[in-house]
Amino acid sequence: MDLEAILGTALRSAVGPQAAVYALLAIGLNVHYGYTGLLNFGQVGFMLVGAYGLGISVATWGLSLWAGIVVGLIAGVLLALLLGAPTLRLRADYFAITTIAVAEVLRLVFRSSPATPITGGPFGLQSIANEFYALNPLTRGIRLGPFTYSVNVSWSLIVTWALVLLATILVTLLVRSPWGRVLRSIREDEDAARALGKNVFSYKMQSLVLGGVLGSVGGIMFAIAGSTVNADAFRPQITFFAYAILILGGAATRIGPIVGAIIFWFLFSGVQGLVRDAQGADLLPGVLSGANAVGASALILMGTALVLLVVFRPQGIFGDLRELKLDA
Amino acid sequence: MPETTPHAMDTLDKRPGVAKPDPILVIDGVQRRFGGLKAVDVDHLEIQRGVITALIGPNGAGKTTFFNLLTGFDTPDEGRWIFEGDELGGVPSHKVARKGMVRTFQLTKALSRLTVMDNMLLGATGQRGERFLPALFRPGWSKQEEANRVRAEELLGRFKLLDKKDDYAGELSGGQRKLLEMARALMVQPSLVMLDEPMAGVNPALVQSLLEHVTALRNEGMSVIFVEHDMDVVMGISDWVVVLAEGQVIAEGRPADIMSDRAVIDAYLGRSHDEPETDTSTPAPDGPDRTEE
Repeated sequence: MDLEAILGTALRSAVGPQAAVYALLAIGLNVHYGYTGLLNFGQVGFMLVGAYGLGISVATWGLSLWAGIVVGLIAGVLLALLLGAPTLRLRADYFAITTIAVAEVLRLVFRSSPATPITGGPFGLQSIANEFYALNPLTRGIRLGPFTYSVNVSWSLIVTWALVLLATILVTLLVRSPWGRVLRSIREDEDAARALGKNVFSYKMQSLVLGGVLGSVGGIMFAIAGSTVNADAFRPQITFFAYAILILGGAATRIGPIVGAIIFWFLFSGVQGLVRDAQGADLLPGVLSGANAVGASALILMGTALVLLVVFRPQGIFGDLRELKLDA
Repeated sequence: MPETTPHAMDTLDKRPGVAKPDPILVIDGVQRRFGGLKAVDVDHLEIQRGVITALIGPNGAGKTTFFNLLTGFDTPDEGRWIFEGDELGGVPSHKVARKGMVRTFQLTKALSRLTVMDNMLLGATGQRGERFLPALFRPGWSKQEEANRVRAEELLGRFKLLDKKDDYAGELSGGQRKLLEMARALMVQPSLVMLDEPMAGVNPALVQSLLEHVTALRNEGMSVIFVEHDMDVVMGISDWVVVLAEGQVIAEGRPADIMSDRAVIDAYLGRSHDEPETDTSTPAPDGPDRTEE
């Protein structure tokens, strides 16, 4: 077993573009769940419309990168409005069910054969980020300890983490304002907020749009990082990974989503590396030795780790236990 | 405890739906049905400005449903009501509150994971910082926030919660939460305060202090409606009592009159407690002044 190599790979994903994309998704979810109490189980749907908004604009319609980004963001806003209008007046559980269904329906529609002329169907769309990489001012890749990112990866990495930082600042400013206070009051008890003259529906919608658009930004950067969009990348578990990140870091905290994303990807990638190596060295029992076992075992271990986290540190890394223990 | 001092409302007729000299709220034909059950069926009711009106009635009389209807938390099947000259039927709850009609809840709704101060600040109306884009620029709203904070501290001082202002509301005792909820409602600067069972679940030692706060609201010129089913509490502080039973207003009047009202006793103890429905010959135990229903 080459522990050093495994550690290297784990570190590499911990700060890689993927982790930054997930941080964006989790920041959006933090607005929904952490501050407003909206159980959005379809964050991946916002990611999908952002990615496809860019992909379709560039690859199908031949528009520029910037037009594609704008389309991706508008798609996020529209999805939030469409999703929220009928469900935000209903009880929280209806909203939760609708979000997970809508995200999955979107994925199936975008990958369906009839949609091929626009979305590329099951094959997705390629070469959608050439313009982005043409803007790359870097001449060589970033070197981080034992490994070096390629020039292009370095560029998307810098931009994505910069967006994570911007999103964090934006959300921090907002949640510390009276606007954020209204969101938190809705999380605690929306009838009380109503009785004090707050238009709860409007605030929930604003929260849904803000967090959703952040998810779409994540989707756009995800599409750029891979230079492709493919519907099968937007499976429901992405939302749950984002939740895991949020809970790991601490919901309703400012840097929870960032640190959560880094630790999550460090562990996830590290565990996968360990399992793969252990398999190679024939250290694992038969059931865990198949080709698919790496991903599955990593998920099992991550699941166990999450259970332990919730049992022993339910507030996450940055959460306040005192706050958590109050009856909501 | 019958009142002895004369009161401006002494001269009013003691019948349901009587006109008040200066009503702040006028209710007409409000009905709310749940299936075949008429939970609320109020023909006409006027609430006098600047006094404490108690809404009493046995369990299930429709008091809370009536409250929910008036404050926009529930929608009536029929009816209209006018508050300060504005028709409020069908108006959503947050707009009702902004008009100056603010309610509290039977089960206290302290916002647990907000500090006591944040609970108070939330009540202030017309905050620039509560709009999405202005929220981003602190200088645009910090002055207003500071003014609200000063007002909140005054109110917290009055309700003896000032030293708790940085605690989470969820850390307060039940009685303190009731006080906070009342103080928070005052941050809205209401003209009519609607208290849903403000004494429910409160330690008897605190009841007196809560009652004093309610009286203080009236003395500052606010109108108060409160729901209660403890008769003793009602008799002590209210200027006018409205009795609801099976959704209808069966009596209204000065507290002393209500105490001896036959219809009220029937409603509280059950119609058949001492007489069959059709038999009118049995003398009533508590005075003969039965009000028509």
